[in-house]
Amino acid sequence: MNVSIGVRSSVLSALILVVFLLAWHIATRGTTAGGPPMDPEYAKLMGITATTGKSAMPGPLDVGAKLFEHLRKPFYDNGPNDKGIGIQLGWSIARVAAGYGLAVLLAIPLGFLIGMSPTISRALDPFIQILKPVSPLAWMPLALYTIKDSGASAIFVIFICSVWPMLVNTAFGVASVRKEWLNVARTLEVGPWRRAFTVILPAAAPTILTGMRISIGIAWLVIVAAEMLVGGTGIGYFVWNEWNNLSITNVITAILVIGLVGMVLDQLLARAARAVTFPE
Amino acid sequence: MNERFISFEGIARRYPAPDGGTSTIFENLWLGVPKGEFVCVIGHSGCGKTTLLNILAGLDAPSEGVVLVDGREIGGPSLDRAVIFQGHALLPWRTVLGNVAYAVSSRHPRMSKAEVEEHARRFIALVGLQGSEHKRPAELSGGMKQRVGIARALSIEPKILLMDEPFSALDALTRGSLQDEVRRICRETGQTVFMITHDVDEAIYLADRVVLMTNGPGAMVAETVVNPLPVDRERTDLHKHPAYYPLRNHLIDFLVTRSRTWRDAIPADHDPRRPPVVRPSIPAPAAAAAASETAVQSEMLRNIA
Ligand SMILES: Nc1ncnc2c1ncn2[C@@H]1O[C@H](COP(=O)(O)OP(=O)(O)OP(=O)(O)O)[C@@H](O)[C@H]1O
Ligand SMILES: [Mg+2]
Repeated sequence: MNVSIGVRSSVLSALILVVFLLAWHIATRGTTAGGPPMDPEYAKLMGITATTGKSAMPGPLDVGAKLFEHLRKPFYDNGPNDKGIGIQLGWSIARVAAGYGLAVLLAIPLGFLIGMSPTISRALDPFIQILKPVSPLAWMPLALYTIKDSGASAIFVIFICSVWPMLVNTAFGVASVRKEWLNVARTLEVGPWRRAFTVILPAAAPTILTGMRISIGIAWLVIVAAEMLVGGTGIGYFVWNEWNNLSITNVITAILVIGLVGMVLDQLLARAARAVTFPE
Repeated sequence: MNERFISFEGIARRYPAPDGGTSTIFENLWLGVPKGEFVCVIGHSGCGKTTLLNILAGLDAPSEGVVLVDGREIGGPSLDRAVIFQGHALLPWRTVLGNVAYAVSSRHPRMSKAEVEEHARRFIALVGLQGSEHKRPAELSGGMKQRVGIARALSIEPKILLMDEPFSALDALTRGSLQDEVRRICRETGQTVFMITHDVDEAIYLADRVVLMTNGPGAMVAETVVNPLPVDRERTDLHKHPAYYPLRNHLIDFLVTRSRTWRDAIPADHDPRRPPVVRPSIPAPAAAAAASETAVQSEMLRNIA
């Protein structure tokens, strides 16, 4: 029992992974004999792989090989429907960065205002309450109609979905700054701007960053769906396109890559949150 | 002017009551504090001491009346009046040095960073915290945090130091050594101090004058008591002074009974504008013998406990 919990959990993780990969491998090895006969219409739809003995579902080795291939050549560009996964990811990340960046620029100052002024808070509350639960994709037609540019529409959708958690958290963080810290600033005759940056911002920073972390997670969820809708470029479009090509291997590879990027984004913000958190 | 360096002039503080009316914490309160004096306010919990201090600090505004400092009406918080808060109120994301430097740079906006730091370090050393400059409040003990609060307040070199039960959350030993330091520093600089306390012995040791507040609501200043002990008193042998027990008994008697009953029998000649000044008398030699006997007894009791 003197093995540390870290070692034990790593061993367990590795075990789960191996069991999963083995099960996957066995399940897709391709002996359809004995299975129910496939509807010929559906078989036609699924293409040749379905009618040969091998399962249409790729196994872990296929996906591994595909992943390796993508990683070796992530940035090739053979026309609109055949770009490297790196380029597609780059587009998605750039859109998320743009939409999320705009959301930060709006949500944090506005959240400050809401948090500091009960009047503004009350006045804006009904709008926030109504708009916040709207699925960001519901904005897509409106965005396409008014902006008339699919790329910019995707950015707008990212903006609108990232704005709420940041706005609400910033307002809450600012409104709940401890009275005694504000009183310290008052007795030291600290001006409003200096007070905002030296007392309110550091005090509310952990709450604000929690909101930013929630937002980046949502933005990364939404970008895939948004790009499936608007098409053209991006990892969401890649997934959709590979589905149309019936390349399940590519779809699974993309799922893995999307998960990895999402994790990295989350960890970046988690680290930033840790940097501004203060023990009391 | 110096006799009323701080002057509460007929102030009242009312809050809207739940039943729609108003509840009055105190009203028509008059009090003067001379320059350079150390004043302690004692009174029961909830009588309005913090409210009084916050009004003087400018953090709260009186519903009626004005407060003058140095002849001028106060209109809000000021760097001339430093506050040592009950809950230390350090900014937890700043180090000890950062907390004190924040106050220094507020006082002297044009000072260079190096000068600010130098100035802050001087006051950190004054409260005996050299070596802990780069620690954060979470890494400090309660007593050390309160020292930082004291250093921060002193570092802006205020005209008046306001303290709201600064030592009440500390253990007896730490409290004693901090009292010694505050007294030393305030005597050296002739600081005017307005302090709230629950602790009668703390008031006897520190205060030149003790203000007695009756119970709320509608609290009043019953009287101010001049401390008859010599200014060079030591904390450890307070009880050896013949005037110690008369003073202590007077204060305890007030807290135990008179703070409650005083209002029912307000002396006919009581003028709220000029609360009576009391000077507990040093007992005659016969009484002194009795007093010192009690002193010995309570000393013995203390040793047993
Ligand atoms: N915001 C408020 N609204 C209504 N009543 C208040 C408010 N703040 C304080 N009071 C009342 O004012 C009275 C005086 O409060 P204050 O904090 O000044 O007491 P205190 O003498 O400092 O007590 P303690 O010794 O416990 O610190 C209390 O009865 C309290 O209930
Ligand atoms: Mg109080």
